[in-house]
Amino acid sequence: MANVKVLVAKPGLDGHDRGAKVVARALRDAGFEVIYTGIRLTPEQIAEAALQDDVQVVALSLLSGAHNTLFPACVELLKAKGLEDVLVIGGGVIPDADIPGLKAAGVAEVFTPGTPTSNIVDFINANVK
Amino acid sequence: MAFEEIKAGLEKYTAGVEAKLDKAPERANLAPNRLYTPLDLGEGFDYVEKLGFPGEYPFTRGVQPTMYRGRFWTMRMYAGFSTAEESNKRYRYLLANGGSGLSCAFDLPTQIGYDSTDAMSEGEVGKVGVAIDSLADMEILFDGIALDKVSTSMTINAPASVLLAMYIAVAEKQGVSADKLRGTIQNDILKEYAARGTYIFPPAPSMRLITNIFEYCSKNVPLWNTISISGYHIREAGSTASQEIAFTIADGIAYVEAAIKAGLDVDAFAGRLSFFWNAHNNVLEEVAKFRASRRVWAKVMKERFGAKKAKSMMLRVHTQTAGSMLTAQQPNNNIVRVALQTAAAVMGGTQSLHTNSKDEALALPTTESVTIALRTQQIVAYESGLADTVDPLGGSYYVEALTDKIEAEAWDYIQKIDEIGGAPEAIAKGYIQKEIQDSAYKWQMDIEKGDRIIVGVNKFQQEEEPPTNLLRVDGSVGKLQADKIAALKARRDNAKVEETLAALEKACAGDDNLMPFILDAVRAYATEGEICGVMRKVFGEYKANITL
Repeated sequence: MANVKVLVAKPGLDGHDRGAKVVARALRDAGFEVIYTGIRLTPEQIAEAALQDDVQVVALSLLSGAHNTLFPACVELLKAKGLEDVLVIGGGVIPDADIPGLKAAGVAEVFTPGTPTSNIVDFINANVK
Repeated sequence: MAFEEIKAGLEKYTAGVEAKLDKAPERANLAPNRLYTPLDLGEGFDYVEKLGFPGEYPFTRGVQPTMYRGRFWTMRMYAGFSTAEESNKRYRYLLANGGSGLSCAFDLPTQIGYDSTDAMSEGEVGKVGVAIDSLADMEILFDGIALDKVSTSMTINAPASVLLAMYIAVAEKQGVSADKLRGTIQNDILKEYAARGTYIFPPAPSMRLITNIFEYCSKNVPLWNTISISGYHIREAGSTASQEIAFTIADGIAYVEAAIKAGLDVDAFAGRLSFFWNAHNNVLEEVAKFRASRRVWAKVMKERFGAKKAKSMMLRVHTQTAGSMLTAQQPNNNIVRVALQTAAAVMGGTQSLHTNSKDEALALPTTESVTIALRTQQIVAYESGLADTVDPLGGSYYVEALTDKIEAEAWDYIQKIDEIGGAPEAIAKGYIQKEIQDSAYKWQMDIEKGDRIIVGVNKFQQEEEPPTNLLRVDGSVGKLQADKIAALKARRDNAKVEETLAALEKACAGDDNLMPFILDAVRAYATEGEICGVMRKVFGEYKANITL
């Protein structure tokens, strides 16, 4: 799909960004336009970046265990800025038991360790608005 | 036995047999030769120059003369979660079960100099480690643990000075003087910029804090390892084995240069420098990496910095098994991976070891899985025979050739980094980050193409039930810590806190060693966030340049 813009973002204090960078690069190689925010952003900063850069997808990565707090906070702030249509996906060390709660909070899909990057590409292509 | 004879034999052997598996996709990129012979050591192989004896330059075979015939490595399990009370229980459990040293995991707010009540700490309190806000928490963390009897490693970098000061202050309260304290602070800011991310201050004040600690400890805490120069996280971020040791030794060179520039004598501090390696999946490559790293560091210290004491040239190392190699799929398989990684670290001659637990691709480990990880070390120590002789793979044609190869690749990188202007400059330019990312991306793509097999992930998969029995840290820890901070602020001498913080601020703006000022603030029960807040005010904060 042409011209799909993806913001790859790391909310919270977690500095592990091997996964975020690998995913960002794989998405770029798949033809998306990718912006990587770097580490240690507040949900507010992420929502603002999504607005400024006019992205269709926000891909959140977190390995610290703070996902139940920070992923929903990002979704809420995106909505507050009128970005209801932005597709929000997440990944990281996330127990299966947390996934239904994150989906209910508006995270469209959660990708856990071992996921091929091609699954993420396919999911975005199928679901981006 | 003539070399010519071996050469002829090898030619005949290579021509005569075909290895079918070499044609499988995952074997297509296999680096090693099929067979190694004395030819790979080279005709003029000089045993004394290349290997020498354990405890002697260039320390290829190990840093101590007797290695595990003298004593086993320290079985040091990295632990910490939730509150100081909870983590204290885990430490006592580990010590009671044969753990021989402590290793503290702090939560991210603690590692980045924020109190649990800071807005930046939202959702992170107590999650990846224990929340420490002040000396009061530290007193609870080590309650009932005699600090003159145990050695403690602390994974703390940007605010290492503050946590070390807290440890010294807890010891004072136990009646233990600082010169009796044994342990390590990670204190390695360069790899935080390059790979791990818990930086606070810009490079110049960060390097000042580090050299301040070197100087303070050489006089007051002489048994303390003042830094753990870490390749572990560089490897976790995706580097190769050679890159891991090369980038880390380049960081080490930068620290030694900074300390010498600050006026310290190399032999006064170099003996307290320590390292931290990853034990990854490829057992023999890892063994070679440990051996090569000791040879490189010994040469760096002797030839480049003119160190005189043998201790200054020894690369003493803590090891952790590779967290990034744990799979969320079929987690019991991780027990086997960790056992092999343990074997590699032991045959590589590590001084201490943390073994990961099988469930860590999913969450923090439960007590049960931590126990298996600790038992893995004990089985390797007592049952496997791997600890029975020093450097058991020394002289293996393959391992010696691989040691030489990794050493050569490390020197190439070190030279490149020298040409850029040293590790801090190479990080500022994004060179090291880019090299690591390229390796990480290649690793992932190899898995996706099937050129690299990870059992249970891209081959031998099976349907499984979602795991139960995972450790959860609930959100109440943040509230608990907030209550503790409020109570502390009500009972401490706030005038004394203000006074010590003002003195620290003034010292930050000058040239004095900051350790005594930090220690005064800690003793007055200033919080970590207050102390780091003062330093943030004077030093400013580091802004990463983002490389992709």
